[in-house]
Amino acid sequence: MKNSKRLFVSALVLLMTAALCGCAGGKAGEGDAITIGIPQDIEDSLDPHTAVAAGTREVLFNVFEGLIKPDSNGDLKPAIASEYVIDDEGKTYTFTLRDGVTFHNGAPVTAEDVIASIKRCADTSNGDPLVAAFSNIASIDKKDDKTVVITLANPDTDFLCNMTTAIIPADNIDNAGTNPIGTGPYMYVSRSPQENIVLKRYDGYWGDKAFIENVTFKIIANPDTIVMNLEGGSIDMFPRVTTAQAEQLSDNFEIKEGTMNLVQALYLNNAVKPFDDVRVRQALCYAIDPKEIMDYAFDGRGSEIGSSMFPTFGKYFMPELNDTYNQDIEKAKALLAEAGYPDGFEFTIKVPSNYTQHVDTAQILKEEFKKIGVTADIELIEWSSWLSDVYSGRDYEGTVIGVDASTLSPRALLGRFVSDAGNNFVNFKSAEYDAAYETAVTSTDDAVQTENYKKCETILATEAANVYIQDPAELVAINKKFTGYEFYPMYAQDISKIKLAK
Amino acid sequence: MTGIVKKIFSSILTILVVACLVFLAFAVIPGDPAVAKLGTQATPDKLAALRHQMGLDIPVMKRFLVWIAGVIKGDFGTSYSYSMPVTKLIADKLPVTVILTVYSFVIMTALSIFTAILAARRENSVMDRVIQIVTQMIMSIPPFFGGIVITLVFGLTLKLFMPGGYVSYGNNLPRFLGYMFWPALAIALPKSAMAFSLLYTGLVTERKKDYARTAFSRGNSTKDVFYKHLLRNACIPVVTFFGMALADMIAGSIVIEQVFGIPGLGRILLTSIQNRDYPVVEAIIVCIAILVTVSNLLVDILYRVIDPRTAISE
Repeated sequence: MKNSKRLFVSALVLLMTAALCGCAGGKAGEGDAITIGIPQDIEDSLDPHTAVAAGTREVLFNVFEGLIKPDSNGDLKPAIASEYVIDDEGKTYTFTLRDGVTFHNGAPVTAEDVIASIKRCADTSNGDPLVAAFSNIASIDKKDDKTVVITLANPDTDFLCNMTTAIIPADNIDNAGTNPIGTGPYMYVSRSPQENIVLKRYDGYWGDKAFIENVTFKIIANPDTIVMNLEGGSIDMFPRVTTAQAEQLSDNFEIKEGTMNLVQALYLNNAVKPFDDVRVRQALCYAIDPKEIMDYAFDGRGSEIGSSMFPTFGKYFMPELNDTYNQDIEKAKALLAEAGYPDGFEFTIKVPSNYTQHVDTAQILKEEFKKIGVTADIELIEWSSWLSDVYSGRDYEGTVIGVDASTLSPRALLGRFVSDAGNNFVNFKSAEYDAAYETAVTSTDDAVQTENYKKCETILATEAANVYIQDPAELVAINKKFTGYEFYPMYAQDISKIKLAK
Repeated sequence: MTGIVKKIFSSILTILVVACLVFLAFAVIPGDPAVAKLGTQATPDKLAALRHQMGLDIPVMKRFLVWIAGVIKGDFGTSYSYSMPVTKLIADKLPVTVILTVYSFVIMTALSIFTAILAARRENSVMDRVIQIVTQMIMSIPPFFGGIVITLVFGLTLKLFMPGGYVSYGNNLPRFLGYMFWPALAIALPKSAMAFSLLYTGLVTERKKDYARTAFSRGNSTKDVFYKHLLRNACIPVVTFFGMALADMIAGSIVIEQVFGIPGLGRILLTSIQNRDYPVVEAIIVCIAILVTVSNLLVDILYRVIDPRTAISE
C-alpha cells in the first residue's frame, strides 16, 4: 500500500508539472500565422457547390473562386476569366480564361473544368439545380481551349453575378466534399470537427498573393469564451462580436465596424390570421421604433431599413422607405380597431435560440407591442426546428430573423416575395408585386430594372409584408498585430488582405 | 469466476439495448437531417434527393437492421455533417474524452486518499476541521461552475494556462496534458470531496476496531497502520462510489468540454444532435454506454480483488 501512495503522489506531481509546462507553450498569431475564431464548424459541406450556410461561405471564400469574383466594394471583377463579353441582348456570355491560373493541386484550369463545374450546378437530375439561375442555361460550349460560351434560354442581364460559382477540377468532383481543391489565395490543409479548419497560402495563386502563410479557423462554440480566447491569445480575430464583448476587450484589439448585410425584421406569416389583414401588419409597423431597438440591444449601432433591401446595395436601396411608418401608437390602435381587434390580440414569435441578436430584438418588440395592446409570446426554438417548422413548414405567426443575399443581385432579396416562390416563407401575395418583379427580371434595360426593383421594395413597405427593423452592425475584433481587414457587402472573410502590422 | 462471466454477458446485453433504444429514439423525435443540412436553400425536390442520398427514404425497420449489422462489425456509417466515416471521427475524439476522464479519476483518487488519511490520523485536530469545512464547500460546487472559477483564477488572473488554448493531443502532447489538467481538476474536485467523506468515515470507524488496536500495540507506526491495515478495509464501500464516479465523470466531461472549449466527444455530440446527424449521435451514445459499462465491470472486478469475501459469497 505504501507503494501505491507513492504512485499517487508521483502521478499528481507529474500532472501538475505537465500543467505548468503546458502554459509555457507558444501563442497563436506569432510569426506568419493567424487564428480566427468562428462560431460554428462547417457542418453542411466543404464542397462549394453544395455548401449553403453563410458561415461556410465566408470561410470557403478564401479557397474557391468563380470565373469572376466580387471585390470589397461589391463590384464583380474578372478572376479565373480574364475578360468576358456579354452580347447586347444579354443572351450570350463569352468568357476568356486567364493564362496561368492553376488549381491547388498544380493542374492548370481548363475549359473542361469550367464546363464541368457549371454543368454540375445546372444539373436537374436531382430536381432543382444547385444554382437556381442556371436553369436558364440553354448551352455551354468550349469555343477553344481558352474560351467558354454560355448561351441562355431567356435574355438576362443579371446573369453575370451567378458566375461567382466556384470552379473546381473536373476530376475532383466526386471528392469535392472531402478534399476541396480550388484556385483561391488559400488552400485547404485539414480539418478536425468542432476544433478547427486549417488553410495555407497557395503560392501559385494567379493574383495578389496572400500575406499570411498559415490560417486556422478555430471553432469557438461557447460565445462566453470569445473575449477570454482573444485576450488569452488563442485567437487573433473574431468576426461579429457583440457590443458588450467589444467593450470588454483591451487596447490590444481594434474593433472594426461594418454592416452584417442582413434584412433583420419581424417576419409575419401573411397567410394566417390576423396577419392576413394588411391593417394589422401596418399597426405592428406603427407600434415599433427601430431606433429604440438599436439603442437598447445594439448600443445605438445599425442601419434602419424600411423594406427588404440593405444600404450596401447602393442604387437599389431606398432610405426614404424608412419613414413609411414612424412610431405612432394612436394610429396603430386605430388601425387595429378598424381591423376588428380593438383590444389587441395575442401571437407567438418564434426565434432561433442560437441568435442572441434576434432574441434580444424580439424581447424589445414584445415590450413595444404591449403599448398597442398586442401580446407577443416569445418561443425560443432550435435552429434545425426553425428551418423545418418556420422556414420550410411555414408553421408560425411571426419570427425574428435576418435574411441575407446569396448573390450580389437584388433578386437574391426580392425574389422570395413573388407569390409562388418556393422560398416565400412569409406567404406574401401581391399581383402588383409579381408584375413589377417580372418586368425587372425580363428587362434588359438597367433603368427599367432599377425602377421596377424599387417598385417592389415600395410595395413590400406599403403592404407591410413584414415589420422591417435594421441591418445590424457587424463588429470585428482583430488584434492590433494585424492590419488590412476589409468588409465585403456579402458573407466573406477575406484573409488574403490581412497582414502583420509593422 | 462465473460471476465475472455473467457480468460480462449482461454488459454486452446492456450495450445492445442502449443501441436499439437510441436508434428508435431518433426515429421518432422530430427534426430532419436533410432540412438541417440544406438550410435556407431547401426545396422539396432537393430535400427528396438528399434524403434519398442519406438513405432516409428506406423504412425505419430496414434501416435499423442495416445499422445494427454495421455496428456489430464496427461500422457506424458516414456523418452527414462532416462527410467522413463516423468511426474515424470518433477515433479522433474519443482519446480526448477518455484522457480527460482518466485524468480526473487519478486526481480524485490521489486527492481523496491523501486528504482522508491526513485528516483521520489526527481526528478532531485543527487540520481535520479545516479539511472538513473545505471539503464541505467543494462538494457543493458543480463542475461547470468550478470550471469557470478555475479559468478565472488560474487562467486569467494567475496566467497559469491560456483559457481556450486547447491544443490537440496529436499536435503537442505535453501542452495538451497541461491544458487538460484544469478541466480534469474541475471535474475531480467535487468528486474527491465526496470520496473524502466516505473514506474519512471508513478510516475513523476502522481505527476503533480490535485489529487496529492490535496493530498499534504491535508497535506499528500510525502511518503504517493507516496505509497497510485501515485503508484497504475503509476502501471497500468507497470502491462502489469510485465506480459510480467514473461513469459520472464521463458524463461530466461532456459539460466541462463546453466550459473549456475542448472539442471532444461532448461537443460533437451536442452539435450533432442540433444538426440531426444521427449516425454520429448514435455512435457516440453507444460509445459512452460502452465506456460506462466497461468501467462498471472493472469496478466489480476490483471489488473482488480488494475484498475476496465478495467472490466467495456468490
